[in-house]
Amino acid sequence: MKFTRSMPRRDRVPRNHSAGGGGAQLRTEEVSRHAVRLVVIDSDVPRLVPFGALPQLLRAGDLVVLNDAATLPASLPGVTGDGALFELRLSGPIDGNRLSGVLLGEGDHRTRTEHRPAPPMLAVGERVQIGGFSATVIAAAGRRVELIAPLAGDDLWQAIYAAGAPVQYAHRPELLPLYAVQTAYAARPWAAEMPSAGRPLTWDVLLGLRRAGVELATLTHAAGLSATGDEALDRALPWPERYELPRRTVAAIAAAKARGGRVIAVGTTVVRALEAAAQQDGVLHAGGGVATLRLDPGYAPKIVDGLISGLHSPGESHFDLLRAFAPRERLERALVLAAIHGLSSHELGDACLILRA
Amino acid sequence: MDTNISIQGQGALITGASRGLGRALAEQLATAGARVALVARDAGPLHDVVEGIRARGGIAHAVVGDIGNKDAIHRIAGQAQGLVGEIGIAIHNASTLGPTPLRLLLDTECEDLAAVLETNLVGPFRLTKILAGAMALRGAGVIVHISSDAAVEPYPRWGAYGVSKAAQDHLSRILAAELEGTGVRILSIDPGEMDTVMHAAAIPDADPASLQRPAEVARKIVSMIGNAARAPSGARLAAPQWEVAS
Repeated sequence: MKFTRSMPRRDRVPRNHSAGGGGAQLRTEEVSRHAVRLVVIDSDVPRLVPFGALPQLLRAGDLVVLNDAATLPASLPGVTGDGALFELRLSGPIDGNRLSGVLLGEGDHRTRTEHRPAPPMLAVGERVQIGGFSATVIAAAGRRVELIAPLAGDDLWQAIYAAGAPVQYAHRPELLPLYAVQTAYAARPWAAEMPSAGRPLTWDVLLGLRRAGVELATLTHAAGLSATGDEALDRALPWPERYELPRRTVAAIAAAKARGGRVIAVGTTVVRALEAAAQQDGVLHAGGGVATLRLDPGYAPKIVDGLISGLHSPGESHFDLLRAFAPRERLERALVLAAIHGLSSHELGDACLILRA
Repeated sequence: MDTNISIQGQGALITGASRGLGRALAEQLATAGARVALVARDAGPLHDVVEGIRARGGIAHAVVGDIGNKDAIHRIAGQAQGLVGEIGIAIHNASTLGPTPLRLLLDTECEDLAAVLETNLVGPFRLTKILAGAMALRGAGVIVHISSDAAVEPYPRWGAYGVSKAAQDHLSRILAAELEGTGVRILSIDPGEMDTVMHAAAIPDADPASLQRPAEVARKIVSMIGNAARAPSGARLAAPQWEVAS
């Protein structure tokens, strides 16, 4: 029962396709963020509305929590001293001059991650070129590596943004520009992959929520990679991910709970951060932390009452996470509705709103 | 100082920060305790300014990029927020006159007008689109457009620049109207005539002694940023008329 984000789903062969959903087939094309449709799953009968109707679906007093992490250009070209090419995918925020990530073999995202040639195995102490700078390996475990770049902060960030590109997968051959993987409220670049559930939240919708008496609050969660090209590593995803929960958001959640409002998470990264921040004693603690908990269908969320997410089919690991918020049959009926209406499960596709019964 | 909004500890981004008013603004915001990301096209002069601020104990970082280049905008914003964190103050100071000596509009190449609009209007618009959203969710932030009296007066030969600044003034007002109630303030500030490289390019025979110093104008602008009561969102303010309370 993994807890991954949505990116790699067409990068893998689906597990058991007859697993459910009545064979519901979703489209896989990108959808303009102004044209996203929303499957509402709040009862046994799912409904389909334009995403822009969100303010009418929530109640005054509810609180929507967003992940304001911007997406890094986390895919960087590299070459070893022997001339072997690789791709470094950053898996988390840049920490001073330390970079941590995963190596993929020669080639690019157009080859399915699991079909890429194995990357060169780097040894601790080895020097490699990443983008336009050299870096030294300080830790290596298979294709997971940690490197140090002997560059001052300004130059390192300049080099990474000059050489890097968004992490992509084979189902979308064209190169995504950096702007295509940012939400309309992104701030610090912490995410290795876009927290894509927030993509359809235009400012028209966000200000509409405010006018409807729905409050908005943010946290920052360093959404990591959703695939590594290595099956054993993939099974351990998501890795521990850094988050920061502002005091004002903890206060907003307490106030929402006190007035009987619901806490709606935009994206599974927000669920993970909030549930992690309350893991110790069921009480939310503000500040920075590392989310290690893994959510599965049996998990009973302590903080989050509802979730806005992309669409995921049975057989995808992500589907299991949605089951923490609604029974399987309810989700499957929603997917049938989505398939009938031609909705897209692309990470830049359509969406669902799940409210706990 | 009549500051009612603290600059201490805020992340600030200033474009065109390697010289003139931009440099002075970066220096004064750093002195006031902001963590400052300085944006400019040329690395050399930019690094000198950054080093100068650091030598005086300030927190400053260099982001090399051209605000008029669409592909550079997300890099600029990403590097800046990677280096100084959340941006609470953004100052759109970089601008271009277009070709000098300044030309009559009928002698202005269409491409030159488009390039001026790209740097002076569309670039700031793109950067605001990236930064203002997070400010609005945090419930606080200040975005400053550096304007000019050429935005108001139809000076012959200042066509491309004047049009870009007039449009930027209106961009400022409409953003302020749309973001009302979010806590984000959008200001348009006419700094007045200053002794800068840009002024010399536009009016080579001006007497520098008759012009304001960038440092004194920057002091007024920092005071405006800190004063939500006297500098409310949507306002167009003139630096020469602004009095810094002591």
